[in-house]
Amino acid sequence: MINYLWGIMIVIGVVYGALTGKMADISTATINSAKEAVTLCITMLGVMSLWMGLMSVARSVGLMDKLTKMLRPVIRMLFPDLPKDHIVNEYIASNMIANILGLGWAATPVGLKAMKELAELNHHSERASCDMCTFLIINISSLQLIPVNIIAYRSQYGSVNPAEILGAGLLATIISTIVGVVFSIVARKTFKK
Amino acid sequence: MGFIIYVSDYIIPFLFLYIIGYGLAMKKNVYDDFVKGAKDGFKVVLDILPTLIGLMVAIGVLRASGALEALSSLIAPLTSKIMFPSELVPLVIIKMFSSSAATSLVLDIFKEFGPDSYLGRLTSVIMSCTETIFYTMAVYFMTANVKKTRYTLAGALVATFTGVIASVIITNLVF
Repeated sequence: MINYLWGIMIVIGVVYGALTGKMADISTATINSAKEAVTLCITMLGVMSLWMGLMSVARSVGLMDKLTKMLRPVIRMLFPDLPKDHIVNEYIASNMIANILGLGWAATPVGLKAMKELAELNHHSERASCDMCTFLIINISSLQLIPVNIIAYRSQYGSVNPAEILGAGLLATIISTIVGVVFSIVARKTFKK
Repeated sequence: MGFIIYVSDYIIPFLFLYIIGYGLAMKKNVYDDFVKGAKDGFKVVLDILPTLIGLMVAIGVLRASGALEALSSLIAPLTSKIMFPSELVPLVIIKMFSSSAATSLVLDIFKEFGPDSYLGRLTSVIMSCTETIFYTMAVYFMTANVKKTRYTLAGALVATFTGVIASVIITNLVF
């Protein structure tokens, strides 16, 4: 998908630029954008490493495990049909925690493990189980405590206070997640089986 | 609504205090853990650098050619009715498909209008509460060999659009 998206953006840009006589601007834009990507990554190196360092401390002092345990009743409420002591509960919880803490790279592998277990519990049917639907809707509604990337980008482009959007973002993400949760619960009852 | 700004200033310092303080209380070597984790940050950033270069160049070309402006003025009459800035429509759509392509649009918006402008702040808030719907669904359901995804897409779209609407309202109220 990204293959076409990327290709089409460049083709449209160059063709449109040729029609409007902006070729010189486009030349400069290609060089400058590539350079900018690198400068941006330098800022991100700092912010990302800082965040990953902090999260590594949180993991090794046991705060991550504590959070995963705290999530257990929430998981029972969202996935009432899952066997209680099944490993899938752990996977789902770790995936949610990683997403909340903005560790997307860590969230995906464990999320896929959860999905495999859910498929097993669903007897490898081609039809998604309610648990799968709930899991993905919550995943996509994206409850996120701190959008680390956005902070890095804001600071790179000269924001006076890059963190000023945290509260507003948190409120918005809580609202979208609540809607996702309510939708999942209602849909599960409506389309049972 | 000043409260929200107040919370924003506290989140990061509080997390540091809580995690590091907790670690010290548990008598753990927090500094070593920090350094070890920070090293992984390099890997994460280096992994995204090539995609970022590719996509930022593509968006740069689109912006320089004037095609992005043309697109947003084309949809402006539609979006002005729902009080949503037309400049952010491409972002909301692309974010559903590709996170990295959305990132380059975000950067373009920050560059054009500034991160502290209304558009910059709204962009930041929207990005905090949305996720790449189609990409995530494709990857996860492929792993489970599922073809019939039932109400997942409907739920994801409802949650995402509520998030976008909430972002507009909250940004208007807070800033």
